[in-house]
Amino acid sequence: MTTLSAPGTFGAAWLVARKDLAIEFRTRTAFFSALVFAVLALCIFYFAWDESIIAPAQRAPGVLWVVLAFSALLGLQRSFGLEEHDRGIDALLVSPISREAIYLGKAIGNLLFLCAIQLVTIPALALFYNLPVGRPLLVVTGIVLLAMIGIVAIGTLFSAMAVNTRLAELLLPMLSLPFFVPILMNAAQATTRVLADRPLAESWPWLKILIAFDIVFVVACTLAFPFTLEE
Amino acid sequence: MFPTCPAVEASGVRRTFGRRRAVDGVDLSLNAGDCLALFGPNGAGKTTLLRLIAGLLKPTSGSVQVCGRILRDDAAARAHVGLISHQSMLYRALTARENVEFAARLYGVPDPAAAAVDALERLRILDRADAPVRALSRGLQQRVSIARAIVHQPDVVLLDEPYTGLDAAGGAALTDMLHVLRSSGAALILVTHNVEEGLAIASHAAVMLDGRLVRHDDCATLDPRAYVAEYRELVLRGAADEESLDVEATA
Repeated sequence: MTTLSAPGTFGAAWLVARKDLAIEFRTRTAFFSALVFAVLALCIFYFAWDESIIAPAQRAPGVLWVVLAFSALLGLQRSFGLEEHDRGIDALLVSPISREAIYLGKAIGNLLFLCAIQLVTIPALALFYNLPVGRPLLVVTGIVLLAMIGIVAIGTLFSAMAVNTRLAELLLPMLSLPFFVPILMNAAQATTRVLADRPLAESWPWLKILIAFDIVFVVACTLAFPFTLEE
Repeated sequence: MFPTCPAVEASGVRRTFGRRRAVDGVDLSLNAGDCLALFGPNGAGKTTLLRLIAGLLKPTSGSVQVCGRILRDDAAARAHVGLISHQSMLYRALTARENVEFAARLYGVPDPAAAAVDALERLRILDRADAPVRALSRGLQQRVSIARAIVHQPDVVLLDEPYTGLDAAGGAALTDMLHVLRSSGAALILVTHNVEEGLAIASHAAVMLDGRLVRHDDCATLDPRAYVAEYRELVLRGAADEESLDVEATA
């Protein structure tokens, strides 16, 4: 037999993530559906409110997090769906990589996928809602990234749990959204302050809680993931 | 390889799904270079047994070991096994080469690109290596799936109906490859409905009915024609028994 040296957890995770991104790059179905949803939702929210009552800049944080949460769900839905078609997941499970590496690979792939969507969504939000470009927008991008880590950690776990069920498309949002709440709440509070041009120190307590949730969700979901694979 | 212990050893393996016993107390031992042809009607538990050996399922009771190691608990031990399943386990958007190379990287094969080319060549599908899997016919996808399963030169190969969908050339390529794998010391478990085909390759033959191994023979002592006839009778008797049980249950 050839001498094999299976990749470590992070090496294997990167292989899985790269494979998922390559598949998405070829098909682009999930990317376009999430992107179109995000942009359309921004438009609808823009016209749904009376500008003379609430200024666009005041609406922007709420709109951003609603759009972001639902477009993330669209992306997360496909994460384990693409493993199910020809049971690609079995090939991963019989390989010498750990279950945790599969989870982390899927999560990294999802995070990069969602970041790509935010690259369009955040500038579109700035355009629609007349947000100050420059430092505030950069800070908001950082907050989005922090929130995405927690959202992806939870969404990836529940995507694995929901994929084998008959109501997968319904189950994923039902399971995920309650867990998104603490992330969205803290991220929205921080974003509101940043976009109101308040000092960053005011947002810091919310960001600290956000970081704590990220750590808890990433660790807990990585440890829980192997149990979702039991048949 | 396997100097001291059996390549595959299953003892008292039982697996239930709800109240149904899919595998019911199977004992099995296979040494390096052995090939076990596993026959049985649909629903006999053959696929479940393969999935138990591959570590994809956890036995309800009993144990399955590959070279003394339990695959579910031992990631490194899984590198010894190659699985060919009913489903292709391929990614349709990727090319044949990318699929096989991805598997080679997961197993830590030193030169994944060269290993992928070699595996595809052995299955005589190198000329379609850069076609997306979704553009390949069922038979060609099966060849890619087999190339994926053997790219890391496993010591134990589990094959679930590997001839399904293969044309004559594909079937011949697979048979050649199985002979090469056996001669290199790999242990094979071949699940098939084609008894003649199985006996031509195997060193041992077993029949599974209702989750149990009801017959286990050494192929060296078998008369293939008589075996085929006996197997058919066994399966028909099993089906008749099941039918009478159904009728009794309905009554």
